[in-house]
Amino acid sequence: MYPEEFRYTKEHEWIKVEGSTGVIGITFHAQKELGDIVYVDLPKAGSTIAAGKSMGSVESVKAVSEIYAPATGEVLEVNEELAGKPEKLNEDPHGAAWLVKIRLANPAEIGSLLSASAYQSYLSEETAH
Amino acid sequence: MSTTGAATALQKTPLHSLHRSLGAKMVDFGGWDMPVEYSGIIAEHLAVRTRAGLFDVSHMGEIEIRGPQALRLVEHVTPNAASLLQDNQAHYSALLYPTGGFVDDVLVHRMGPDHYFLCVNASNQRKDYDWIVAHNFFEAEVEYSSEKYAQLAVQGPLALATVQKLTSTDLAAIRYYWFTVGQVLGAPAIIARTGYTGEDGVELYLAPDHAPRIWTAILEAGAGFGILPCGLGARNTLRLEAKMALYGHEIDASITPYEAGLGRIVKLDKGDFLGRDPLVKQKEKGVTRKLAGFEMRDRGIAREGYPVRIDGVPAGFVTTGSPSPFLKKNIGLCYLPAGRDSLGQPIQIDIRNQPAAAVVVATPFYSRKR
Repeated sequence: MYPEEFRYTKEHEWIKVEGSTGVIGITFHAQKELGDIVYVDLPKAGSTIAAGKSMGSVESVKAVSEIYAPATGEVLEVNEELAGKPEKLNEDPHGAAWLVKIRLANPAEIGSLLSASAYQSYLSEETAH
Repeated sequence: MSTTGAATALQKTPLHSLHRSLGAKMVDFGGWDMPVEYSGIIAEHLAVRTRAGLFDVSHMGEIEIRGPQALRLVEHVTPNAASLLQDNQAHYSALLYPTGGFVDDVLVHRMGPDHYFLCVNASNQRKDYDWIVAHNFFEAEVEYSSEKYAQLAVQGPLALATVQKLTSTDLAAIRYYWFTVGQVLGAPAIIARTGYTGEDGVELYLAPDHAPRIWTAILEAGAGFGILPCGLGARNTLRLEAKMALYGHEIDASITPYEAGLGRIVKLDKGDFLGRDPLVKQKEKGVTRKLAGFEMRDRGIAREGYPVRIDGVPAGFVTTGSPSPFLKKNIGLCYLPAGRDSLGQPIQIDIRNQPAAAVVVATPFYSRKR
């Protein structure tokens, strides 16, 4: 369910590091909690996002939720397909429905993120409340 | 992303464990642990518009008023003309403060000349009961009877065909906003041709003990029609498309029926009732704000509480905003200054501090073909 090669935030984003590039998305758990996703607001290519700060929002029928950047960097590419097909985020949140690719400004930030197993433990704690 | 989960002592309906077993996503709704969705709000919404949907609305409250003075009490605390109701007829009405603002909106059912049955909002039920008792100058008998009833709503073009399999009562013979007392699979039930979705359908009031069995039987009876269990998420988008008010959003203590576009539930000529005096004045002078429906023109979804502007000047707030699953537009309701609410009026909604264009449109956004 949660790829080993990703790192995760407690706010339910993931990042996959490929050299100096990071691919960012929201987790399966995030899309499940939101329900039917109908709108995605993403940063523009060329803008800079900062770790822990809002980089956009995703909206379901019933709610709007901020997306927090898992790492700092310049946005290289935005997944333009999501504007017309936001429901892709429900269908393939860890794959085709990635959000943005960034050039990592500080790769050391990744070390503070959760591994797949740590994220899954966090999820089970969160739902146990 | 952020998600929340609070688990204080929430109230549960008799169907709570069934919702869990159906995989429902549960939310705290006014102190009740209620299903917000099962298969997804859009799928559930479209099931109700095109086929049938089943809702557990057992959180709703029931208050019964009995005795020779029952009608006098109902007439005193509600603005609609309860004296015009016949046996087995219901109407939409309200409990109003002396200011003309809403204590709650209610459905009044006349069970008989000495017996009225009120369906009220879950989160207001204690307040409503206390309010009615406090104004019972007529020695009517007022009973808080919420614990005696579960309530199931079956809504959609195939709702009647679904429930008809489970009852000998001829459902098609019940007119819209009428009801009958009958049986569903042997369980005594009030079967009302009412709803909160803008579709045809029935609402069943029955003893909590029978509710799980009847719930399951309705899903089985409707399986061939494509019935879906539906949560409060779809209930909200359905009632929004039909422009039905929700307490705490379109109506509250500070809003009058005239402002909310509900003048049809105010019968000023029926005699005195709570809230009448300010409503008489408001009818003479006209209201200063009115509930209006809008459609987004720019990208973005308006949500409750977002500021509304006209030509940059603050004009009000969004009371409900959502994507419309059936119309596939982003729609909403808001209060606008009287005179600035005409069709085609351009407005701007501040969506997280960014102005987005919208326009006033005709409501209801959706009306079923009859």
